[in-house]
Amino acid sequence: MREVTLHNPGDFTEWRSAARPLLAAGVPPQEVLWRHAGESGSLFADSANLDPKRTITLPRELVTIADRVICHRDPAVPSRLYRVVWRALDDRRLLERRTDPDVDWLAKMDKAIRRDLHKMHAFVRFRRLGGSEADRESYVAWFEPEHRILRLAAPFFRKRFYGMDWAILTPDARAIWQSEELSFGPAGTRDEVPDRDIVEDQWRTYYGAIFNPARVKIAAMRAEMPKKYWHNLPEAQDIAPLLAGAAARVDKMRETAVSLANPRSDKWRVRGVAQDAEPGDAIRSLEDISAALKGCTRCPLHCHATQPVPGEGRADARIMLVGEQPGDREDLEGRPFVGPAGQLLDEALAEAGLDRATLYVTNAVKHFKFEPRGKRRLHQNPNTGEIDICRWWLDQERALVQPDIIVSLGGSALRGITGKSPSISSMRGKVHALEGGAQLIATVHPSYLLRLPDQERAAIERRAFIADLARAKAMAESLPNTHGNPNAGFA
Amino acid sequence: MAYIGFMSEKPILEKLAVLADAAKYDASCASSGTIKRDSTGTKGIGSTGGMGICHSYAPDGRCISLLKILLTNFCIYDCRFCINRASSNVPRARFNPAEVVRLTLDFYKRNYIEGLFLSSGIIRSEDYTMEQLIEVARLLREEHRFQGYIHLKTIAGASPELIARAGLYADRLSTNVELPTEEGLKSFAPEKTSATIRKTMAGVRVGLDDAADARKGRLLRKAKPPRFAPAGQSTQMIVGADSARDNDILQSATSLYSGYRLRRVYYSAYSPIPDASSDLPPVRPPLMREHRLYQADWLLRFYGFAREEIMIGAQDGMLDLTIDPKLAWALQRRESFPVDINRAPREMLLRVPGLGTKAVERILSARRLGAVRIGDLAKLTASVKKVLPFVTTPDWRPGGLTDSANLRARFAPPPEQMSLAF
Repeated sequence: MREVTLHNPGDFTEWRSAARPLLAAGVPPQEVLWRHAGESGSLFADSANLDPKRTITLPRELVTIADRVICHRDPAVPSRLYRVVWRALDDRRLLERRTDPDVDWLAKMDKAIRRDLHKMHAFVRFRRLGGSEADRESYVAWFEPEHRILRLAAPFFRKRFYGMDWAILTPDARAIWQSEELSFGPAGTRDEVPDRDIVEDQWRTYYGAIFNPARVKIAAMRAEMPKKYWHNLPEAQDIAPLLAGAAARVDKMRETAVSLANPRSDKWRVRGVAQDAEPGDAIRSLEDISAALKGCTRCPLHCHATQPVPGEGRADARIMLVGEQPGDREDLEGRPFVGPAGQLLDEALAEAGLDRATLYVTNAVKHFKFEPRGKRRLHQNPNTGEIDICRWWLDQERALVQPDIIVSLGGSALRGITGKSPSISSMRGKVHALEGGAQLIATVHPSYLLRLPDQERAAIERRAFIADLARAKAMAESLPNTHGNPNAGFA
Repeated sequence: MAYIGFMSEKPILEKLAVLADAAKYDASCASSGTIKRDSTGTKGIGSTGGMGICHSYAPDGRCISLLKILLTNFCIYDCRFCINRASSNVPRARFNPAEVVRLTLDFYKRNYIEGLFLSSGIIRSEDYTMEQLIEVARLLREEHRFQGYIHLKTIAGASPELIARAGLYADRLSTNVELPTEEGLKSFAPEKTSATIRKTMAGVRVGLDDAADARKGRLLRKAKPPRFAPAGQSTQMIVGADSARDNDILQSATSLYSGYRLRRVYYSAYSPIPDASSDLPPVRPPLMREHRLYQADWLLRFYGFAREEIMIGAQDGMLDLTIDPKLAWALQRRESFPVDINRAPREMLLRVPGLGTKAVERILSARRLGAVRIGDLAKLTASVKKVLPFVTTPDWRPGGLTDSANLRARFAPPPEQMSLAF
């Protein structure tokens, strides 16, 4: 039997320097007796020199856990920890065996330490030491952790309170942060800490005010803030009086619930602005459309969309592009074609020799229709009902812009423009005269190009799309200019 | 700093009492989810990172992590469920920004809090109010090198430029929906519209997306792009003030999660307030309903459930108050059970009543190294009794238990305990 005497309980370095030669010499756990200084020695102890037989490497995670678990006050820890480490030498996957009794034990001990550590980070209460306002501020706290965790807890406080001096005293040891240096010292006593702090009154006031007497849940509080911590928490002295008064406060609320409106409030109050009105007959400009769209509740799509997305561009544009509906990004920004499909459209327009700034770009449906799926919104095609209802807005835009050429992007746009649902392929490649004098060029929606999985196919479709846009440009150039703007429509 | 309040100055303790009391109906107190940061480099104070810390608990069982106060409880709005509505007779107070800064730092240095959660009644205008909130955050960050957590309320309707500035200083931004339906808002919060609220949230999401893009797009690793609300945005819905059903609430939540990348939706049981508006019956807050909504919310976000599936275990759009929503679903879908603990894919394990995400990870890890037996379950999950009817192991078959008629009764507490749960 080998005997190891530890002088500094909770000191990982000491335990490790004792354990390492034993492990290296292949001493099995049952042959090591771990004692704390002060305990009586064993007659069978044997501390003869050890011959290293192997080098010791351990999984980093195990070393981290051991570093924490050694702080546990259970006197069996040094020996049990040795057994786990011993086993881990020949079983690299030991920690994954969650149902193994040793691993289960280790996990439980580690959990206890991490919880204690978390509670220490939470429940230390500093009190300010005297000194003038100009000095570097100094604070001190008395804390009684369940385990010997001061060494583990101190770095947290150093990082958090770098700019002030502080000391934390515990029954085991003290940590001192002074002049940007962390040191550890002997055990402290409660008397070394001032018995009050001027800010504690404010803190207790806050604690009392933030408590809601109508939802008392004592068990929930005590589960997270066990009573053993209370005597070092200044706010805990208020728990009993707050609870005692809670029922009466709620009863009083109930009795005096209904009161007359504060007469002074009319002075500072604003009345709600009703924005439901949709001034259909007052639309004289594109700005009027944008304003009126905000109150649009013609179909239920407004319920979940962020905002309506009005068309954008020149009021005297000769070419109008009509898409389907705003997408995710368009919905957030309130502008048409600013997402991925918009980027593709911009590139295609440039290749066709068109400048978007000279066009009018809008959608058949003004609100985004989607299906929530986790953290994303999946685009959903608007149905014909929604397109037809929203056509009212598209007609207003057409009447105001009076384009010579309308390019429909995709099937929904075609429906919005014509009121019918012809296939794109049956309409494509030809020019169709529309009521009111404009010419229609039908093509696909840029998002269709984004969805094509086959690269070769996508390239062909992209060229066809650009050709459609180029046809619109050529046609606009060949038609007599009905607008006062000679360049509208051309880059 | 010259500052003129529009009322006679109250002592700080009195203001604190009024403005903390006014803030307590906002359920959010999280200080988690932000980036790792500390004061080593700045030589000031403050640190954040990883999970938040609850520095105390009030006797209502709620965590106290942040100094949660209003800048002022004067408000030009008249939302009927709100203690601070214009027509309420509560005492009013107003902090100036320097006072909030002082309180935050004083509390922080004594390790009472993780940081500040600042909200406000609407005074003068949405933009003016937002500017005041931003000023407090700016003072903390720039003048005092404060590295702790800051949660700012984004005032719905404030201009996008102000939202963008708030994101530079705050860890988290939140815009409260308060009521899940447009009709609810219309009748209870006449000055608010869900369109304005959603637009404000959209502004925050654009800020988050742009910051993420900037981080990805930078050429040099060292070049630090300006950060934007690294702990994201959240919202709150009040439960039980209007007639919205759980289904409406969850529908609204899924829509908001998907649209605005919300980190959290908080559900806050409507709690009687002093000086309540006459049309709100002074009832006990529906705490169990609130709890079930949180459970359902977790199922949506971490367990792969769709809202429609959760509603399978509900009745008339209301979640079962007696048993948790996963169990309620499983009891309606018994044909999917029992599942083999040692073979079932992760997605299916997540659907077993009694198994949480951590337990599922432990099972997946353990079964790679050998079959998990019934005796092992206690080491992997805390709720073995709940799990048993729904799983098999080499040495356990639930037999008729899975389909037994009284399975629900096994888990439902006896009726007289119900009143205790409230």
